[in-house]
Amino acid sequence: MESTSIFWFVASFAILLFVTGIYSLLVTRNLLRILIGVEILAKGVTLLLVSAGYLTGRVNAIQPVIITMIVVEAVIIAVAAGIVIAAYRQNGTVNTNEMCNLKG
Amino acid sequence: MMIYPCDPVFFISLALMAICALWAVMATDLLKSAIALALTSVCLSLTMFLLSSPLAAVFELSVCAGLITVIFISAISMIKPEGNDRKEDLVFRKNRRLKKYLPLPFLLVVVGIMLRMIQIDMPALPVADALPVSLSEVMWDERRVDLAGQAIIILVGVFGVVVLFKEYMKQKECEK
Repeated sequence: MESTSIFWFVASFAILLFVTGIYSLLVTRNLLRILIGVEILAKGVTLLLVSAGYLTGRVNAIQPVIITMIVVEAVIIAVAAGIVIAAYRQNGTVNTNEMCNLKG
Repeated sequence: MMIYPCDPVFFISLALMAICALWAVMATDLLKSAIALALTSVCLSLTMFLLSSPLAAVFELSVCAGLITVIFISAISMIKPEGNDRKEDLVFRKNRRLKKYLPLPFLLVVVGIMLRMIQIDMPALPVADALPVSLSEVMWDERRVDLAGQAIIILVGVFGVVVLFKEYMKQKECEK
C-alpha cells in the first residue's frame, strides 16, 4: 500500500512536469525553448519509470531502460541543437514565425 | 530503503524539481533557462537515488545535468548576439513573456489540487518474484539488443553533428 501511495505521489509530480513541458511547447516560438520543453517532458517520463520500478520492486530491471532513454535523449538534443544552429545561420533567427523560406 | 511521501528530503527534491522546471520554462534569459534545466536534472537524480536507482541517477546527473547543459549553453552562445539588446526591448520582451506564461503557475496549482483530490483506487501491481538478477546481468545479458541500439544511436548522433558542421565549413569556404 505504501509503495502504491508513493507511486501516485511521484506520478502527480510527473504529470506536473508534463503539463509544464506541453504548455512550453504550445506557447513558445523559439526553437531552443522548444528543445527545453521536450527535455522537461522526457524528465517526466523518466520520473514515472523510476517510480514504476520502485512500485513493482524491479529496480534492477528498470535502470537499463532509463539509461537507454537518457542516451536517446542526449543524442536527440545534440542533433537538434546542431539543426537549430544551422537554421540560425541560414535564416538569422530561431523564431519559427520568422522562418518563412519554404512558405509557398 | 523505504521512502514515504512525507519524507522531507523526498518531498523537497520533488518540489524543487517542479519549481526548477517552471523556472526553466518561464525565464526570459535562455542561459538562465538552461541552468534551471540542469537544476531540474540534479533534483531528479536526487529523487532517483532516494527511489533506489543509483546507476540511473548517476547517468542522469552526468549526462542530463552535464552534457546536455553544455550542449545548450554552447548552442546559446553561438546563437545569441551579445550586448546589442536595448533596455526597452528587454523590458518589452519580459512583459510579453510574463503575459504568455502567467496562466502556467495557476494551471499547475489547479492540476496539483485535482490530483490530490482524485481518490485513485489503484490495485497494487503484482510485485515481481524476487529474481536474483543483478543490474549487470540485466544490462549485459537481458538488454543486449538495447545496448547495440544505444551504440547505433550514438553513432547516428555523431555523424549527424559532423555532417551539420561539415556543411557549415563548406559554406564558409564558398563565401571566401
